[in-house]
Amino acid sequence: MKIDFTHHQSAHCENGVASNLLKHNGINISEPMVFGIGAGLFFVYLPFVKANHAPAISYRPMPGIIFNRLSKRLGIKIKRVKFSTPEQAKKALEENLKNNIPTGLQVGVYGLTYFPDEYRFHFNAHNLVVFGKNGSEYLVSDPIMEMTTTLTEETMEKVRFSKGIFAPKGHMYYPISFPDQLNWEKAIRKGIKQTCTLMLAKAPIIGVRGMRLVAGKIRKWADKYGTQKANYYLAQIVRMQEEIGTGGGGFRFIYAAFLQEASVVLKMDELAILSKEMTEIGDLWRDFAVDASRVYKNRSNQSDVYNTLADELIEISYREEAFFKKLQKAIKK
Amino acid sequence: MKEDEVPQDKSYLTDSLIREMCYAVDKDGNYTTVVSEGWEPKDIALKNSIQLIKERTEEARIEFINGHLSPLVYFMEKNKMDVGILASYVGMWKWRVKRHFKPAVFKKLSHKTLSKYANAFDISVEEIITFKGEE
Repeated sequence: MKIDFTHHQSAHCENGVASNLLKHNGINISEPMVFGIGAGLFFVYLPFVKANHAPAISYRPMPGIIFNRLSKRLGIKIKRVKFSTPEQAKKALEENLKNNIPTGLQVGVYGLTYFPDEYRFHFNAHNLVVFGKNGSEYLVSDPIMEMTTTLTEETMEKVRFSKGIFAPKGHMYYPISFPDQLNWEKAIRKGIKQTCTLMLAKAPIIGVRGMRLVAGKIRKWADKYGTQKANYYLAQIVRMQEEIGTGGGGFRFIYAAFLQEASVVLKMDELAILSKEMTEIGDLWRDFAVDASRVYKNRSNQSDVYNTLADELIEISYREEAFFKKLQKAIKK
Repeated sequence: MKEDEVPQDKSYLTDSLIREMCYAVDKDGNYTTVVSEGWEPKDIALKNSIQLIKERTEEARIEFINGHLSPLVYFMEKNKMDVGILASYVGMWKWRVKRHFKPAVFKKLSHKTLSKYANAFDISVEEIITFKGEE
């Protein structure tokens, strides 16, 4: 069985699944719109937590939150189910396919056989859509892939029941009801307001303050842990920042695209100007990644390079602080 | 980032199919999407990660040969896991898993416990107990 489902590639998995599922249900929503209304832009440094043997930094909110916020703001209801056994999870998915419902799944990346080995880490917050089954193979639309792909029953069970932080427990989701009319303007305003609040939060580990905290850590890494470890940590920052459509520059460009689209919907030229500014900030994030990569590539060990990088991150945090203050003011009008 | 600035660094990942989509500005200042062939800073970061896992795996292999650690550590590193991830796969507390890293404790493990580890590593119990430290 195969549901007539159109696959669109996206930069980030959760945005892509949300946008593809809503498009299937007749709501034409772009990836940036999902990201903006769902307030996907975020920054948090988690002290005491280690990921891949390095300090954990996240550039996105908890998995599932973007789609949840988006649907709440647009008045769409999503059904989410988790399962205690793989059998139940399989049965529910197949039931959905029989009823012609393309279904979103949260999966672990490590077991995804269509990814190259190098990409396969224990990361449980990936999203994809299943839109059919051919014999014993599921038809899969993974939004970060250019084309649709397939997974065997055995692999599907593995990725739906991967373990560790954010273990999916078979988590599946799909929209079930839609309002008669979508109030885009209200939803966009709410999304923007929330992003500003989060990025400007007074908490030291979140938003622009979180960036400054990380900058302070970078300065000390080399002396505290030695060059090798400091460089490894830096490489991890860049990985979390730019890998598979998450994080730094990539997210800023999606957000800038969102602001451009929003300026048309809200008829606010100011947002188009702010979109340009966000693009510039995205470029700064990219420069940061390039400069950091030079450090861990050449294994240069002057403590100066770490200070330079920290300064760059501080500069970005002040640019973003000024930016979100302007955006906050603009959206209040 | 402008359309023509989207990185197209052909990397060692290029032939493995993942070409990511990026948002970039076209010549009229409008946002559009471009598929990227890869980006060097990211690739080096990823290589750096893979290198660390290789080093940790090799270290665990040598420590096993020297009789300081059980083979579970080697298989854990090889599968890119840490103690927390392994513990959640086998459904045990972290301290118990860590205890099993001691060769003396490992020797006394039941077949049932070993099969939990075998499942987590996607290999057979035999492969774990007959492991001699070969690469």
